Amino acid sequence: MKKLINRPDDVVREGLAGLAAAHAGMLRVHTDPDYVVRADAPVLGKVAIVSGGGSGHEPMHGGFVGRGMLDAACPGQVFTSPTPDQMLAAAQAVDGGAGLLFIVKNYTGDVMNFEMAAELAAEAGIAVASVVIDDDVAVRDSLHTAGRRGVGATVLAEKICGAASEQGRPLAEVAELCRRVNAATRSMGVALSSCTVPMVGKPTFELGPDELELGVGIHGEPGRERRPVAPAATVVEALAGPVLDDLPFVAGDRVLAFVDGLGATPLLELYVVYHELDRLLAGRGITIARNLVGPYMTALDMAGCSISLLRLDDELTTLWDAPVVTPGLRWGA
Amino acid sequence: MSETIDAAGVAAWLRAFAQAVAERRDELTALDAAIGDADHGINMDRGLQAVIAKLDAAGDADAAGGETVGALLKSVGMTLVSTVGGAAGPLYGTFFLRAAADAGDAATLTPAQWSTAFTAGVAGVQDRGKAEPGDKTMVDALVPAAAALAAAVAEGAPAAEALGRAAAAARQGMTATIPLVARKGRASYLGERSAGTQDPGASSSWLLVETAAALVVETEP
Repeated sequence: MKKLINRPDDVVREGLAGLAAAHAGMLRVHTDPDYVVRADAPVLGKVAIVSGGGSGHEPMHGGFVGRGMLDAACPGQVFTSPTPDQMLAAAQAVDGGAGLLFIVKNYTGDVMNFEMAAELAAEAGIAVASVVIDDDVAVRDSLHTAGRRGVGATVLAEKICGAASEQGRPLAEVAELCRRVNAATRSMGVALSSCTVPMVGKPTFELGPDELELGVGIHGEPGRERRPVAPAATVVEALAGPVLDDLPFVAGDRVLAFVDGLGATPLLELYVVYHELDRLLAGRGITIARNLVGPYMTALDMAGCSISLLRLDDELTTLWDAPVVTPGLRWGA
Repeated sequence: MSETIDAAGVAAWLRAFAQAVAERRDELTALDAAIGDADHGINMDRGLQAVIAKLDAAGDADAAGGETVGALLKSVGMTLVSTVGGAAGPLYGTFFLRAAADAGDAATLTPAQWSTAFTAGVAGVQDRGKAEPGDKTMVDALVPAAAALAAAVAEGAPAAEALGRAAAAARQGMTATIPLVARKGRASYLGERSAGTQDPGASSSWLLVETAAALVVETEP
């Protein structure tokens, strides 16, 4: 393992310390229990948006804390859900009296820990709504699996719900909006290499030098199938096909296209992917009205990308365009 | 060990469980790497070391003198919930919290009381994780263990034999997960590809029961 770290045990804490030092104007980091809150928290009268998950996906979630997006983020150990005591402390730190929205990615650990935290918060007198994000079409949604994983839609939901909460909308409305973003988004990813968890020290899975894993998860969960490497145009077709067919997206739709880098893939390649996606969607009569290209939800040092499409309407577009001031996303302010 | 268990006995069991998990940390993580996200051994080890640190700080002697079994189990559950993370944190945490609630404030537990507390803990795991036997989870080791323990206790078997039968049932349940296709947790994403690997959660659950059985045998006159 070759990584720019000190001790594997210290990666998460030291990363948080760096985040705090780099972005003191936007956020504060609390340790023991660990959570990140926006610099001016709590914002009185505003619904607080709280998310969290295992570390290793930076900038998600800590890098999305700030005005217009998250009020708090709870980082767990690498690829490990944070714990209910962290979530409760974060909830209490950002509760502005208008209630709290937990945005939870659909992983067994995250769902159970946020469920325990919601029970604790309710006991502490805080109104909590939870929305589970599950947009990964690589997983067959059935009673016989844990259901679809939460991936790219998480970033989009955090941005859009953050904007809605800044407008002073009530909790029920913000939660409904979150469900709507999740319902209108589909995603799928591809890995060109595995990732290495610092505490483990070796790659999570083996991928041959000329193989790629279609439908990979953001923790290195195996996907739908393993294939020989292929040109970007072929890979984009293999990703976009299942995404388009699932909702389905149809001619005349206006979408937000999100090409996400998984950590080790250069921006140059992400733009090649975006170019192919743009051509493919144009061919189907689908308009990309907004886009996001870059490493916003990573999987440590995994090479690869994921494609997410969100079907937009005027309301979602306006909320997407609203000002946001976080380390990860920043515009309009 | 006598036929009843007190807080000191529970503390000794937790130390043995923590040691067993520490010794098999990499093995548990390797099983999880095959069908999950490669962190089960690491997370369980971290949480159980936190439990040991708490036992050390409180002193096992204090635990024996003042603390009830229920209070100790509750403290263990809260520590695991806040330190393990992942899915195992809420599941093992809920196991100990539910067992604690069932144990109440009795200073010592008879085998029958111990069996009902264990069964309550297992029911808690099922409530939290919504898994059934056969889903390739912790439940596959814990449910047969609870049933074997209850049956042995009902027959009036001595504690060593009862826990031995529970451990054997847990072991059988654990190895029976090998051919299963996972229906819960991250392993379920693999579908058919999850068959052929022993479930890491069932493996740590077997250790939980096995260390209790080994402790009773070891300390029996």
